[in-house]
Amino acid sequence: MNWTAIRAIYLFEMARFFRTIAQSLISPVLSTSLYFVVFGAAIGSRIDEVEGVSYGAFIVPGLIMLTVMTQGISNASFGIYFPKFIGTIYELLSAPVNFLEIVMGYVGAAATKALFIGIIILVTSFFFVDIQIQNPAAMIAFLILTCISFALFGFIIGIWAGNFEQLQLVPLLIVTPLVFLGGSFYSISMLPPVWQTISMFNPVVYLISGFRWAFFGVEDVPIVTSLLAIGLFTSLCLGAVWWIFKTGWRIRQ
Amino acid sequence: MSTILSIQNLRKSYAGGFEALKGVSLDIEEGEIIALLGPNGAGKTTLISTVCGITMPTSGTVTVAGFDTLNDFREARRLIGLVPQEIALEPFEKVINTVRFSRGLFGKGRKDSAVEDILKRLSLWDKRDNQIRELSGGMKRRVLIAKALAHEPRVLFLDEPTAGVDVELRKDMWEIVEQLRADGVTTILTTHYIEEAEAIADRVGVISKGEILLVEDKDKLMARMGKKQLDVQLTTQIDTVPEALAAYDLTLSDEGWTLVYSYDVNAERTGITMLLNDVQKAGLQLKDVVTRQSSLEDIFVSLVNQPEGNA
Repeated sequence: MNWTAIRAIYLFEMARFFRTIAQSLISPVLSTSLYFVVFGAAIGSRIDEVEGVSYGAFIVPGLIMLTVMTQGISNASFGIYFPKFIGTIYELLSAPVNFLEIVMGYVGAAATKALFIGIIILVTSFFFVDIQIQNPAAMIAFLILTCISFALFGFIIGIWAGNFEQLQLVPLLIVTPLVFLGGSFYSISMLPPVWQTISMFNPVVYLISGFRWAFFGVEDVPIVTSLLAIGLFTSLCLGAVWWIFKTGWRIRQ
Repeated sequence: MSTILSIQNLRKSYAGGFEALKGVSLDIEEGEIIALLGPNGAGKTTLISTVCGITMPTSGTVTVAGFDTLNDFREARRLIGLVPQEIALEPFEKVINTVRFSRGLFGKGRKDSAVEDILKRLSLWDKRDNQIRELSGGMKRRVLIAKALAHEPRVLFLDEPTAGVDVELRKDMWEIVEQLRADGVTTILTTHYIEEAEAIADRVGVISKGEILLVEDKDKLMARMGKKQLDVQLTTQIDTVPEALAAYDLTLSDEGWTLVYSYDVNAERTGITMLLNDVQKAGLQLKDVVTRQSSLEDIFVSLVNQPEGNA
């Protein structure tokens, strides 16, 4: 294992993040604050507790997940797409590194950025609502796993994308709807039965449910199912990345 | 000298059926500078990309210091540095950070003195904290070289290092390559500027349509292939070569003011003395005598135009 190379990629990617630290942090913090104002204060004041939790607090895990998923995807997809776009990928391909090391460097950095932003949002939410985290260890574990798996997914999108439009396409057309319909702002039990059944096909439901369980001890699906779901998603992404590097799909002729 | 890079029967076909490399074999000695000369689309870049791991070979083997580039790719690639043809750099990063990144990526631990040495050698030390987008095109090329040298490779590939570069920078590049040779770095450069090969290479390989047509010591090649021409300028214009000079390989040029004699520099007798005597005997007055040697360019053009010829 070429740890020096993994470290080099990781630090180089993190440097990109710190170069634009203001944009990287201000926009998620601002949009989260807006969500709190709109859903928490304005609409939330008309909503009673959801499953024993005040609505303002109830949406916190969903909001963090929403941001972490989109950030993980966009950071990782951009991180690998940019070298493809500007041509610096030649260096990566000619370096003494294997696919696992490249993935660890890029996905590790993207996941770190997402985690960083997720924690910032959690801290921001303390200013708006009163929350107590019942199971902090599980919360952190869920957060980290989600960061990694969605960064992996983003990495795949970045390899696949042939232009900037495609880079935006998957997050916009697939991920955002899945996240919004995954129970970020509501409990699945609030839906009519038909939609509850349909929601069970949405992988994000399991992630948000598990994450919310770590906060409040309430869950839409059993926590074990949540863990299995995120494990399955991570494995699928890992398998896809392994296949990409084995075949050289879209990167090596 | 020992062989540092060995390419055996390397083939590369693309999905469309296009064969970019048709069984290239080439051994490169440690410490030499070899220029691969060929027209656009000859397969120069494909050859380099395949050796460096950017494209996968269809068949054939490449070893670097005995390490197979596929099976022992880590060892092999650590020994190679690549300067690509196109300028590809992270625009917002600082010069020194991209060079440090390259060093780390190739598995070498951070060593500021080594990076400083490379940057100084490439006249980039003053620009080390500049963002790459602020640099001129020539400086960016230097950064590419610095990145390729960051892990102290033993073999350096320069893919058309001086394409679109001004004369001064080109001379600088040649100097850099000379310095590297002094350090024992083997350099393989591709070019379609013949003067570049002529100026810095020890050996010249000619590649065309995915095949290596010839590899030879530059000096030997030029001597072997080098025909010399003697231009005999006359004081009077003539219509035809006089009968008395029919025995020589002569042509008329300059509308009959000049007799052109082609001869082989390596021949025991060039026949120049006899010719000049006979010219005088034929009643012609000499105005001036000039000799010219054919350049690598002439050799190159004749090779590429008749690949099956026994060059």
